[in-house]
Amino acid sequence: MGTQLAQYVPVLMLAGVAVVFTGAMLGLSVLLGKRGRRTQVKDTAYECGMIPVGEGTARLSVKFYLVAMLFILFDIAVVFLYPWAVVFRRLVAEPGMAGPVFFGMLGFLGIVLVGYLYAWRKRGLDWRG
Amino acid sequence: MEILDQLSSSQQFVLFSALKVAGVFAVLMFIVAYIVLVERKVAAAIQDRVGPNRAGPFGIWQPLADAVKSFLKEDFTPGHVRKVYYWLAPAAVMIPSLVTVAVIPFGSQLGAQRMVIADLNVGVLYTFGIVSLGVYGLVLAGYAANSKYPFIGGLRSSAQMISYEIAMGLSVVPVFLLVGDLNLSRVIAHQAGGWSHWLVFQQPLAFGIFLAAAFAETNRLPFDLPEAEQELAGGYNVEYSSMKFALFFMGEYANMAAAAAMMVTLFFGGWTLPIWGLDQPASSFLGGVLHIGIFLAKLLALMLVFIWVRWMWPRFRYDQLMHLGWKRLLPLALANIVLTATWLWLRA
Repeated sequence: MGTQLAQYVPVLMLAGVAVVFTGAMLGLSVLLGKRGRRTQVKDTAYECGMIPVGEGTARLSVKFYLVAMLFILFDIAVVFLYPWAVVFRRLVAEPGMAGPVFFGMLGFLGIVLVGYLYAWRKRGLDWRG
Repeated sequence: MEILDQLSSSQQFVLFSALKVAGVFAVLMFIVAYIVLVERKVAAAIQDRVGPNRAGPFGIWQPLADAVKSFLKEDFTPGHVRKVYYWLAPAAVMIPSLVTVAVIPFGSQLGAQRMVIADLNVGVLYTFGIVSLGVYGLVLAGYAANSKYPFIGGLRSSAQMISYEIAMGLSVVPVFLLVGDLNLSRVIAHQAGGWSHWLVFQQPLAFGIFLAAAFAETNRLPFDLPEAEQELAGGYNVEYSSMKFALFFMGEYANMAAAAAMMVTLFFGGWTLPIWGLDQPASSFLGGVLHIGIFLAKLLALMLVFIWVRWMWPRFRYDQLMHLGWKRLLPLALANIVLTATWLWLRA
């Protein structure tokens, strides 16, 4: 096992502890909890004491889909920025590299900005009508 | 110590890792339990009430009483829910919030051991990756409950969290432009050597955006729309009871602790203080303990800010929330990246 991968062993240990702890909490609660009777009222969905109307999962606004799609587009752009940010300071100091590393990313950000402005103009970012 | 010498290096690694994991987990659970009490006490003080004071002096046994109560309540699974998801959702909220802290350096060193569970070179990417998983728990809870309030709460939280994740991800790019590394230990080392080296002073705008996004990511007021009591009667956790409900609650506070720890590390110099040589790794055992103490003090201070804001600010409307995230914070973060890069380019 390489040292790179061995670094993740403690992460897995912590994840294991978290899973066991959460499982124990859920399990203990079943064991220790008071037993109650099942009644029809307890089995209905909570709507502030009114009798539930219609289905539990209502139709949802298409805007939630739109936000999710915009998120994926911009999140990928963010991921591209990280490796660039890490090497930027080292590369920009090297002769001849300043132009490509600076204006290259400026171009990329420009394209992202055009897409962003397009989404804005098309009212993709507006929540109200 | 003789027993230690007989172990191979990989055995020692596993042993010390286990000790660190156990220590961090214990401290985190203690913080989660007692920050709830602190929040109730601070809330009481702000609203001119007394707050919990029945369980022990000043109510210090209140977290224990709450835990016992949660365990002893009826563990009820309503008939109309989607059972598998209903059971998975509280775990899906709790587990990521506990795993996030793995990469945070909570001290310099004790003896030869570095005080961080895993000093990953992808540092921040790991944290953002795990934090993103937290969305699933809330969405799953809303879907599993098969009921209107939780469903709307789950939807709102998913849209809110992914929107602010972009602002959060962009806001830290200038930090890494300056530091040149994603590893959090090196982010802290970069901030050693004077107050002005703290990134909160070098990148105040980045910190402001990160802070706002952190409030939104942890569903805290003024961004607590997923659980807005007055309109959703509690949001995604309406159909939950007993320990399953408590797990959502604990998950929220663990997330808050993780977000505060991230901010301490990225912007407030982590375990360092630029006086009395406390910004260099400790050479003695006592110095190591002191560094952990400094880290915890900064963590507590930031968590108090979270609590203070909750009782001072009204809630945003949903369109205001989206407006702020997409039309204000995102362009600001982009502008900050370009400005920082230009400044570094001109200086080089």
